Amino acid sequence: MNLIVCLKQVPGTTKVTIDPQTNTLIRQGIENIINPFDAYALEEGVRLREQHGGKVTALSMGPLQAKKMMRDAISVGADEAVLLSDCAFAGADTWATAYTIAQAIDRLKPYDLVICGRQTIDGDTGQVAPELAAMLDVPFVACVSQVEDINDGVIRVKRMVDEGYEVIETSLPAVISVVKEINVPRLPSLRGLTRAKIATIPVWTVGELGVDESAVGLAGSFTKVIKVFFPQRISQAEMLSGDLENQVATLVNRLKENKLI
Amino acid sequence: MGIQFNLDNCTGCGNCVPVCPFGLLEIIDDTVKLSEGCNFCGVCRDVCPCEAILIEAVTEVPVVNDDLRGVWVFAEQWRGVLKSVAYELVAKGRELADTLGTELCAVYFGSGSDHTDELITAGADKVYLVDEPVFAENQEDLCVSKLVEIIKEHKPAIVLAGATSLGRSFIPRVAAILKTGLTADCTGLDIDAETGLMLQTRPTFGGNVMATIICPVSRPQMATVRPRVFKKGIPDKNRQGQITKVDFDKTRLTSKTKLLNFVEDIKEKIKLDEADIVVAGGRGLGKADNFTILAELSAVMGAALGSSRPPVDEGWIGYSHQIGQTGKTVCPKLYIACGISGSVQHMAGMQTSDCIVAINDDPSAPIFEIATYGIVGDLFKVVPMMIEKLRG
Repeated sequence: MNLIVCLKQVPGTTKVTIDPQTNTLIRQGIENIINPFDAYALEEGVRLREQHGGKVTALSMGPLQAKKMMRDAISVGADEAVLLSDCAFAGADTWATAYTIAQAIDRLKPYDLVICGRQTIDGDTGQVAPELAAMLDVPFVACVSQVEDINDGVIRVKRMVDEGYEVIETSLPAVISVVKEINVPRLPSLRGLTRAKIATIPVWTVGELGVDESAVGLAGSFTKVIKVFFPQRISQAEMLSGDLENQVATLVNRLKENKLI
Repeated sequence: MGIQFNLDNCTGCGNCVPVCPFGLLEIIDDTVKLSEGCNFCGVCRDVCPCEAILIEAVTEVPVVNDDLRGVWVFAEQWRGVLKSVAYELVAKGRELADTLGTELCAVYFGSGSDHTDELITAGADKVYLVDEPVFAENQEDLCVSKLVEIIKEHKPAIVLAGATSLGRSFIPRVAAILKTGLTADCTGLDIDAETGLMLQTRPTFGGNVMATIICPVSRPQMATVRPRVFKKGIPDKNRQGQITKVDFDKTRLTSKTKLLNFVEDIKEKIKLDEADIVVAGGRGLGKADNFTILAELSAVMGAALGSSRPPVDEGWIGYSHQIGQTGKTVCPKLYIACGISGSVQHMAGMQTSDCIVAINDDPSAPIFEIATYGIVGDLFKVVPMMIEKLRG
């Protein structure tokens, strides 16, 4: 099986704090990490290769510093890693991102399955994977929690929906996005770390992809960000007073007065 | 294309450094330096007192094409029942259509039961109804092809859909095929008075920052909205509307995916994202067993049970209960946060709730900043008192 796993490098937001004086983010010293959902995608790709044979190619679009993440991907089992990096890719919306990745996948053909995380933790849209599937003109299944079977060009998966879960069958090639329930990502092996150290990470630019600069990055984006602002948080909390018994009584009264209960 | 610094103007004041949502700016030797990864959001330019930062202006906005008319809402059903998000979108869509002076159309894909009357009394002028057995299960591939087909035919200016598991999965494919922009999980939708464009506001970069986004050239302008973000309107039984039945050609539109089985999650009687009251617990609960007192409180209140991320990571409660940036967004009338400190990620998933009650023993917990009522105290004392009061 020829498996492609899409990765994104994101700021490790668990450490984000807000400066209470200026109401701005304190981001100094925040490391970039692999998008957590993508780590599950990568692990699933490696597991499927272990079961079915073939090759796992990690694919990412981002600044050159993302090369480190691509090496990390090799250390946990990816066979190859390709980074799409060019100034012209910067500022891409989900459409332009999916378009750029689709062009790269076109160069990696033939492929059987593209695996993505359900969403990134910075942009948080979950749109790139389905947009990618539509551009590649292949089926898409979101929020896969288990790959039950792959046989004879057909994949059967369990996927989470709002109301429960579904078992879905579709033809390959296909794109799936995965949720954290699907597996527990492994740690790098010694052999993996050695491979990662010596691996060459090809960087594909606009030239390598043969795409028009106007179709990628900010120029190729249909959506434009016109304003970015920090949500204002002015505390208006009524801090209840008295002993706890009194506070609870006041609270219940307030909720009743406001017809909330 | 992109960002430029006029270093002759830069005084090294550092105003721009803390505002960058990506933390890419720093001052070295009294001048500004930018690391890789800029998204050209322009926050730094706006705070620069020396006009040292230049960002290429947004493409010139064309006059809205008159051929493109109407605001559309995808009215999603589940087992023949309209989802609440459909009513919420119709209410918001009505506002947008009124501002634009255009019609509001709802698109309904379903089988057997039709909700055209409900959609009209809720505010739609017209309903495009596709009544086909294949849509009983919301076959995604077919939803994609059919919606693309009717959008191409009628050319609406705006298309809105719910950010449900169906919406999040199929609407991006519609946008990709139509070669147009799509903004996920909007919390604000307005019309710009000058250009007539839809202003789409959403939390981004982890819910820390709000971004307003437009789709200036391509059509339709598309956006998804999570359930419970907008309010339902009041139905008007006297409203009149037009119902247009749309044919479905089974031989032409086919699906490569097949639904083999569906298992309903019956553990929760009350759906988290549709509940009027949510009782949620955080790290302060300490262990899995302690969720039972919250389960008791939620049972007494008829509430759904939620969680911040730490208890889910610790395995105290399932992921389906997680509220926040990587979990569900809720907007209940009443949200009771017990032992939740209030990380930005958690607050991104619940801060639009009408009334927020915070119970935490740490008076400096950020959750109190967004709370309506705060109790500083031990949740293991407060919650049982509440249960007793409510029962009595």
